[in-house]
Amino acid sequence: MNQLLKVENLHAGIEGKEILKGINLTVNRGEVHAIMGPNGSGKSTLSEVLAGNPAFTVTEGTVDFHGTDLLALSPEDRSHEGLFLSFQYPVEIPGVSMVNFMRAALNAKRKYFNEPPMSATDFLKLMRQKRAIVELDNKLASRSVNEGFSGGEKKRNEIFQMAVLEPQLSILDETDSGLDIDALRIVAGGVNKLRTDRNATIVITHYQRLLDYIKPDFVHVLYKGRIVRTGGPELALELEERGYDWIKEQVDTSH
Amino acid sequence: MDKESKFPSPSSQPCKPEVPGARMSGSTDIDSAVSGDYKYGFSSDIDTEIIPKGLNEDVIRFISARKGEPDWLLEFRLKAYRYWLTLIPPHWAHLDIPEIDFQAISYYAAPVKKEGPKSLDEVDPELLDTFNKLGIPLEEQKLQVGMAVDAVMDSVSVKTTHREKLADMGIIFCSISEAVKDYPDLVRKYLGKVVSYRDNFYAALNSAVFSDGSFVYIPKGVRCPMELSTYFRINASGTGQFERTLIVADDDSYVSYLEGCTAPQRDENQLHAAIVEIIVEDRAEVKYSTVQNWYAGDAEGRGGVYNFVTKRGLCRGDFSKLSWTQVETGSAITWKYPGCILSGEGSVGEFYSVAVTRNRQQADTGTKMIHLGRNTRSTIVSKGISAGYSQNSYRGLVKVVPGATGCRNYTQCDSLLLSSTCGAHTFPYIDVMDDTAIVEHEATTSKISEDQLFYCNQRGIPTEEAVGLIVNGYAKEVMNKLPMEFAVEAQKLLAITLEGSVG
Repeated sequence: MNQLLKVENLHAGIEGKEILKGINLTVNRGEVHAIMGPNGSGKSTLSEVLAGNPAFTVTEGTVDFHGTDLLALSPEDRSHEGLFLSFQYPVEIPGVSMVNFMRAALNAKRKYFNEPPMSATDFLKLMRQKRAIVELDNKLASRSVNEGFSGGEKKRNEIFQMAVLEPQLSILDETDSGLDIDALRIVAGGVNKLRTDRNATIVITHYQRLLDYIKPDFVHVLYKGRIVRTGGPELALELEERGYDWIKEQVDTSH
Repeated sequence: MDKESKFPSPSSQPCKPEVPGARMSGSTDIDSAVSGDYKYGFSSDIDTEIIPKGLNEDVIRFISARKGEPDWLLEFRLKAYRYWLTLIPPHWAHLDIPEIDFQAISYYAAPVKKEGPKSLDEVDPELLDTFNKLGIPLEEQKLQVGMAVDAVMDSVSVKTTHREKLADMGIIFCSISEAVKDYPDLVRKYLGKVVSYRDNFYAALNSAVFSDGSFVYIPKGVRCPMELSTYFRINASGTGQFERTLIVADDDSYVSYLEGCTAPQRDENQLHAAIVEIIVEDRAEVKYSTVQNWYAGDAEGRGGVYNFVTKRGLCRGDFSKLSWTQVETGSAITWKYPGCILSGEGSVGEFYSVAVTRNRQQADTGTKMIHLGRNTRSTIVSKGISAGYSQNSYRGLVKVVPGATGCRNYTQCDSLLLSSTCGAHTFPYIDVMDDTAIVEHEATTSKISEDQLFYCNQRGIPTEEAVGLIVNGYAKEVMNKLPMEFAVEAQKLLAITLEGSVG
C-alpha cells in the first residue's frame, strides 16, 4: 500500500469559526505536495489540525494516516507515528538546550515503541550527523531552543529536528518565509536529502520560489477552506505569473 | 534602571489572561500537570518523647534541662521568651495566615534514645529506615562521596556523619546541642549575634525554644573538602520544629553547606520557625543551599507546614562572600528572607532563589542585602513559579548606608505563571543613601504558552514532561548554582512537584 495520508471531507475551525470546509487530499509515499493559496485560505490551519493543535476543533471528516485514525491520536502520538510539522513560527523555550530538548523528544518516541532510551554517546553521535544536513553548527545545538535564533536559523533548526525524528510525513508550513536565498538553499537542500520513497512531504508556501528547490509532484490551491484546483508543477508557475485573482473569480462566480 | 528615584513602587500583578488570542495556559493540561503527589508524606512509628502542649517558662526550663545546658543559655532563652510575650505575629507579608494558637503546639519532641547513640547500632532501626526512605543513608559508607550529613528528627539531631574525618582538619560539624557542651565558648561568642532574639516575632520564639540544628566551624585557611549537609525531618504530630543553625567561617576558609527538609502528610498545620546565622570572616566564602520540601498541604489547602524562617549572614570580613541558593517547593506558607549584611570592605552577597507554589500554597520570600562596607556587591536572582490558586511574592530590600561608597547591586526578579488563578507579586524595596551606588532591577512576568506546549507535543514530548522541561529551563540560572549532586535532585524535585496525571 503506497498511500500514506488520506484526508476526506475535513471540516475544522477555531472558536466556532469554520476555516476548513471540506478538504480532500491523498498523499502517497515518495510524493511531494505543494499547497498554495492566498492569505487566510486555511493553509496553516490545515497543518495545525493535522498535527493536532488543541486550539482547533474538527467538526467533520476523517484522516487516515498509514492505516490509523489520525484524529483519534494525541499530538505526541501523531508525532511518534511519524508526522512532523515544521512550524511557520517556531517558539522559543528559554533555558532548555536543543540537546536536552531533542533527547526528550527522541526518547519519548523510543518509549512509545518500547525501546530503551538512547545512550548519551549514541545520541551525541546522531546529533552530529544530523546537524550536518542543514549545516547547523555545534554552538547552535547547545543553545536554548530557538532562543535568539535568526529567522534562517530557526527554520534550519526545524529541518534539523525533522532529520533527527525521521518522520514519514513532513509538513513544512511556510518554511521559506523570512529566508534569504542562501538559507533557502540550505533548508531546501536539507529537505531534499531527507526524501526517500518511503516518506512524503507537504510544502505549504505562498511563493513558487521554494518550489524551484523542492520539486513538487502536485500543486494544490487552497481557497476559502477548500482545495479548488490541483495540478502539476506548472500550476505553481502559472500562479506566480497570474496571481490568485483569476482562481478567486472562478470560484466566487461559480457559487 | 539605576538609582532609587526611578525605582517602581512595590507592585502587584494579579495574573489574569491578558491578550485575547495570545493563548495562555489556564488549561486543564497544565493544571493537572502541576498537581503531583507529595512523596515524602509518610510518617514513621518511632518511640518519641513529646512534652505536653503549651509554652511557659517551665517548658523552657524543661527543654534547657533536657539538653543539659549551661545557665547562660537558659538565661538567653528566658530573655527571648519574655521579649516574645510582648510581640504580636508579623502581618505585613502578602500572606493570609490563619491565627496560630501557640499554646496548642508541643515544643519538644525527640525520638527516645539511650544516652546519645555513639554508633549506628544503637539508633532505632525505624529511624534509620526513615532517613533511608528519604534518600539519606546515615551509614557513612553509603553516603555520596564528598558529603557529610547531620540528620535532625523533630527536636534533636540523630546522627552526624564523618565527624572524625572533618575534625582532623580542625573543622567542627555537629549538632548545636553538642556544640553547646563541647565548644561553649564558640557558641556563646556567636549565638544571636547576627539574628538577635529581638529581631522579630519568630526569631524571639525560636531563641526561646530552639531545639537542635547544626553547628559548623571552619578554621582559618581551611577549605572544607566535602559538602556539609543537614537534613531536617518533622515526624511527630502536634509539634513544631525550631531548629537553629550556626556557621562560622574563619579567615580564608571555604564551606558549602546544604539543607534539606521534609515532613509527613498530615491534616493539621505544623509550625517550623528556624534561625540560621552565618559569620564570614576575611576572604572567607560560604555557600548555603536549601532545598525546602516541607509538606505543602493538600489540593484544598488542608494541612501543611508553616515555614517562618529567619536566615541571615554577616560578611564581617573584608572581601568575604556569602551565597544563598534556595529551591522552595514545599510548605503551606513560606515566610523567609535570607539576607546578607555586607559590612566587610569589598564583601559580596548573593541570593539565588526558585520558589514554586501550587494548589493553595502561599510564599512571601526574597532577601535583604544591607551594604554597610565600601565597594560591597550583591546579586539577586529570584525565579517565582506559580500554579493553581497559589500566591507567590518576591519581597526584597537593597539598602546602602551613607558613606558606603562604590556599592553595586543587580536584581533580577522573574515570575512564571502556570495558571490564570494564581498570583505573582513583586515587592522590591530600595533604600540607597549613598549616591555612588549603582543599583539595577529587572523584572519579567511570563507564562508557559499553549504554543510552547504544542511545540513540545508535536515533537513527541508529552505535556507533563514538557512542563517539567520548560520550568527547569526557566529556573536553570538558579539550579546551576546548586552543588552538582544536589542540582540533579532539585531538578527532579521541580519536575515531580509539577507532575500529575494528565488527561
